[in-house]
Amino acid sequence: MSTPAMETARADAGLAIRLDGVSLGYGRQAVLRDLRLDITPGEVLVLVGPSGSGKSTVLRAIAGLLTPRAGRVLAEGVPVTGPSSSRAMVFQDDALLPWRTVRRNVELPLRIRGVPRRERRAAAESWIARVGLAGCEDRLPRELSGGMRQRVQLARSLAGAPRAVLMDEPFGALDAQTRGEMQRLLLDVLRGTLATVVFVTHDVDEALLLADRVVVLGRRGGHGGIACVLPVPEPRTPDIDRAGLRARIIEEL
Amino acid sequence: MSTPALDAALAPAAGPADAAEAEPARSGRAAGPRRWAVRLGSLAVVAGLWQWLTAADARVGLRFDRLPSPAEVAAELGRQLGTSIYYLDLAQSMMRILTGFALAAVAGIALGVLVARSRWAGDLLLPPIEVVRPIPAIALVPIAILVFPSDEQGIVFITFAAAFFPIMVSTRHAVRALPTLWEDAVRTMGGGRAHVLWNVVLPGTLPGVFGGLSVGMGVAWICVISAEMISGEFGVGYRTWHAYTVVDYPAVLVGMASIGLLGWITSAAIELVGRRLTRWLPRVGEDAEGSSR
Repeated sequence: MSTPAMETARADAGLAIRLDGVSLGYGRQAVLRDLRLDITPGEVLVLVGPSGSGKSTVLRAIAGLLTPRAGRVLAEGVPVTGPSSSRAMVFQDDALLPWRTVRRNVELPLRIRGVPRRERRAAAESWIARVGLAGCEDRLPRELSGGMRQRVQLARSLAGAPRAVLMDEPFGALDAQTRGEMQRLLLDVLRGTLATVVFVTHDVDEALLLADRVVVLGRRGGHGGIACVLPVPEPRTPDIDRAGLRARIIEEL
Repeated sequence: MSTPALDAALAPAAGPADAAEAEPARSGRAAGPRRWAVRLGSLAVVAGLWQWLTAADARVGLRFDRLPSPAEVAAELGRQLGTSIYYLDLAQSMMRILTGFALAAVAGIALGVLVARSRWAGDLLLPPIEVVRPIPAIALVPIAILVFPSDEQGIVFITFAAAFFPIMVSTRHAVRALPTLWEDAVRTMGGGRAHVLWNVVLPGTLPGVFGGLSVGMGVAWICVISAEMISGEFGVGYRTWHAYTVVDYPAVLVGMASIGLLGWITSAAIELVGRRLTRWLPRVGEDAEGSSR
């Protein structure tokens, strides 16, 4: 594991997630079979795979939105039976409640947890400022660009102080330039949190930019599974040549 | 950027007259003086045509010679406005419709959500509802007279029955059509059923629910007036029918105009509240403001 020493020292903040022989699917068809994976507290684990490989399905199972057909998802050793505020999710697009302003969207997880009004307002404002949207608190989602909406989603997911953040192609719908900005913002924000991050993308460069480890999902026979798990040396360090690793991932895909 | 958005963004450059006109259209609420002039003019043309047809005693297939003219109706209205019975009738009809409609709104939204969200409740409640639904509410009058101790309750019940079905059906469809993404989002924040209901289902279905409320108000008026004509002792419907039985046509038309006006006011009120509560919806021309920033 390439988890930095500082983070392992305070591992109680990040959530340990284990997939224990998990099979997933919708209806009668199993999409993924017998997944085994240990996600270390505080690490950034990126799931890559071609479309239809079941990346998002794995994430939904970890979130507790999808019940495995077999096996167990364990969070800190406890089987996951449903969604929880300790596992926040960032969706690809349009997951903000359109009738709530930016501020009230970010406040929502705090409101659900019963945080008093004044406290949640302060927390929401600080998160909105952190994602660079100070001054936009009273706008509605429809008055924001796609990139700004994803900033709000990021703020909303982190405002609840989750122990794991599950991100389902959060920048997939953005143009290249905005995506670059969002990746830098995410790196910046993650530096200040100890939460475990599971990030789904089909973009290999994005995976290499963010990950401690990259998990490649592939198709074997009639169903999918984990093709390989690749640690990224010196993660999130700019200007490191990762051409070898990149070639390896593309080969697995 | 969509085409209307582009048009709206370009509008200010098109000249001061166009820009002035684009402004009220974008806000979607306040209409400009020109649009009001057209609306009032349209009403005036209809009244003018009516006056002309009756004054000329026109018999063009239809016999306008015996229809009271607007002037006669206005005179009758003026006379009635001086009597307390007119206001009493208006108040009585409003009370009936508002009571029936409010009960229908609460029951319709609650049941619509319940049968759409719970399969068990749907199986249990939908069969009787679907069997009763095709029966016109006004056909329930004999039953209402039989079952309810007073005419008053019977009329409110008829109004309730009329408004209930469109509200319930619209709510049910709106709940079914709700994207699951918002619910997933609230659940991953740790929200339970109550949170999903309050923060997603109710606000998310409001546009559809208000469609049902508008239709419900329309049929509620039809039924409250019909019920009053059959079994009332007060109310605009009763008064109108009474005027007909004594062949007082100007008074019949005053009654009709009063019904029209009250119906219009209640529908406009629902429209206004609906717009207020669904301001978050993207509206044509309005999204230019946000997405261009």
